[in-house]
Amino acid sequence: MDNVMLTINQKRNLQGWALFAPAAFLLIAFTHYPTVATFFKSLFSNNSIIRPSRFTGFESYQNLLNDPIFWKVFTNNMWLALGTIPTSIGLAIVMALIVNKAIPGRSFLRIAYFTPTMLPMIAVANIWLFFYAPGIGLLDQIAEIFGIESHNWLGSTSTVLPAIMVMTVWKEAGFFMIFYLAGLQTISPELGEAAELEGSSRWNYFWRVQFPLLLPTTLFVLINAFLNSFKLVDHLFVLTKGGPDNASNLILYYIYETAFSFLDISYASALTVFLLFLLAITALAQFYFVDKRVHYR
Amino acid sequence: MKKQLRKVSLGVAAALGMALSSSLAWAATELNMYYPVAVGGPLTKVVDGMVSNFMAENPDIKVNAIYAGNYNDARIKALAALESGQPAQLSVMFSIDLNELRELDAIVPFDEVVSTDEERAWLKSFYPSLMENGTSVGKTWGIPFQRSTIVMYYNKDAFKAAGLDPESPPQSWNELVEKGKKLTKADGSQWGMMIPSTGYPYWMFGALAMQNGEVLMNGSGDTTYFNKPGVAQALNFWKDLGSKHKVMPEGTIEWGTLRKNFLEEKTAIMWHSTGNLTAVKKGAKFDFGVAMLPAGKRRGTPTGGGNFYIFKKASDNERAASLKLIRFMTDPERSASWSVATGYMGISPASYETDKLKSYVKEFPPAAVARDQLEFATAELATYQAGRIRKSLDDAIQATLIGSKTAEEALGEAQSTAEKILKSYR
Repeated sequence: MDNVMLTINQKRNLQGWALFAPAAFLLIAFTHYPTVATFFKSLFSNNSIIRPSRFTGFESYQNLLNDPIFWKVFTNNMWLALGTIPTSIGLAIVMALIVNKAIPGRSFLRIAYFTPTMLPMIAVANIWLFFYAPGIGLLDQIAEIFGIESHNWLGSTSTVLPAIMVMTVWKEAGFFMIFYLAGLQTISPELGEAAELEGSSRWNYFWRVQFPLLLPTTLFVLINAFLNSFKLVDHLFVLTKGGPDNASNLILYYIYETAFSFLDISYASALTVFLLFLLAITALAQFYFVDKRVHYR
Repeated sequence: MKKQLRKVSLGVAAALGMALSSSLAWAATELNMYYPVAVGGPLTKVVDGMVSNFMAENPDIKVNAIYAGNYNDARIKALAALESGQPAQLSVMFSIDLNELRELDAIVPFDEVVSTDEERAWLKSFYPSLMENGTSVGKTWGIPFQRSTIVMYYNKDAFKAAGLDPESPPQSWNELVEKGKKLTKADGSQWGMMIPSTGYPYWMFGALAMQNGEVLMNGSGDTTYFNKPGVAQALNFWKDLGSKHKVMPEGTIEWGTLRKNFLEEKTAIMWHSTGNLTAVKKGAKFDFGVAMLPAGKRRGTPTGGGNFYIFKKASDNERAASLKLIRFMTDPERSASWSVATGYMGISPASYETDKLKSYVKEFPPAAVARDQLEFATAELATYQAGRIRKSLDDAIQATLIGSKTAEEALGEAQSTAEKILKSYR
């Protein structure tokens, strides 16, 4: 009897492992192994014919703390997150509320809002490069009509990061709108009818009913928006290359530069480990703290 | 295994070649070549055309010419291909990548690839100043291909409109400022001049520094001179063009959109690579001229552009085939047509002796400016760990231009960064 039970258990285990294996293989090969390998690379100096690789311990991490450019790109990234996340979430909710209503041309509006998301980032950046170009750009041509002086949007420290934020919001809001739209459609229409009967104002209905019910969506979008503010750097290749003087440089672009332009794999690995650590901590924190305040039902 | 197979197939090919007519196109050697394009115009078509001509002449060699983006991308792609074991036998890469490629043990000197006296003579057939960025530790590692200097493009119509002689472009820094002031319109619709400060700021700066009598580094690439007073003076002059003389917009000026600025007459003068010449010629709706950069204490420009490199991993056969291809691409006739098609300079004195380039220069004199300027040219900034050192200088230049640091302060920081990195290479 015991034996038979064991075999069934074993069979079950085996089946479980077999089902788990494909996903596990992919995860280990493309996520866990590279993470560990990156960490190891960060502990060794670079290998070249003149100077072979040697163990340096945590020297790369020490360099990181003493690297002013690292702190600069880190602060930039935080400002970018702060500048884009609330705005794009707010816009996404407004857009979702608009296209959730039965208005003429609704599907056209939905597509229009979603278009920026469908375009590849590099193409988008090339378009915006000519929006921002001083003198010949769209922005300056419009400004000229009103007699406003031409401005070098991407060429001055004070405007380059905001200029990039505007583009990021434009790019992201439509994407988040889709989630809110899906969220809104799961809210039972009876709630709306009940609110109307009670004579509740539209704002009251949104703030007391819709918004709380959208909190799970908001949590999901928040995490995604935060991750994206660190992951999206494609446009920097076209728009600014991180300049002027690192004013628009972001962590991931700095990692790319370090690894592929400076060929400093060791330091790039240390930066990558830092970024992974930062993102893991924030994701955990968001799940842990915000999750408690979200009603899923 | 692969190599053996290749040898066998080579043997078979030879046998077949003898047995059958020569019309049989059997690719015995296959070459992968990465190349970058850093300026405007449909240059990939030109390269593809040259490569297919080569294959028509050499049916035993198959060449895959792979367009790989800008200089940085091309280097990354070629190195990544090598790292991952994909075949890459030769590549056009930034002339200033030399020291890093050498440190990575990725390339082989041409002195080891050439075998006959004729080939050795060929190595010496190029303009010496174009070879400065191609030689290191007494050997030749890079063969010039898409090479340039910085030249001054100016709008003759704008000169006339401002009451200036369209046939006398500014010859000195003072004239540049004076004429620039006349060319700058008060309503902001036209600037006197633009020098690009994104993309390759250190390159433009190399010109200004040399015009002020300074170079940015020593010949062996292990010492930089960013903190010399003359270098700071040059950077201050650049900044003053915008902030003091008001003949150029303040802040940084985008490399990528500058040609459009010039073509749309938003600036009367631009400094740019000669590689843009043909694109400007095709796009300009006004009469334009090309001149050497003006002189400060002297004239000066860095050379620029891409060289051919052969990778160490290539087999002897592939190296020989690569050499054949490179000799084809750089021979005077081809170099002349390349120069006409792009604006890049002919790379050897012989190329300017060809009928093609001779008649082109006669009908379109700007085509010779880059060559004439070679006399005043120096090497482009090329050090060990070049990427990082370029970046520190780029940051310093941009920080000065946007006014967040003084030139002296910014260049001092760049110098100490460079010093830290280069110390161990001396």
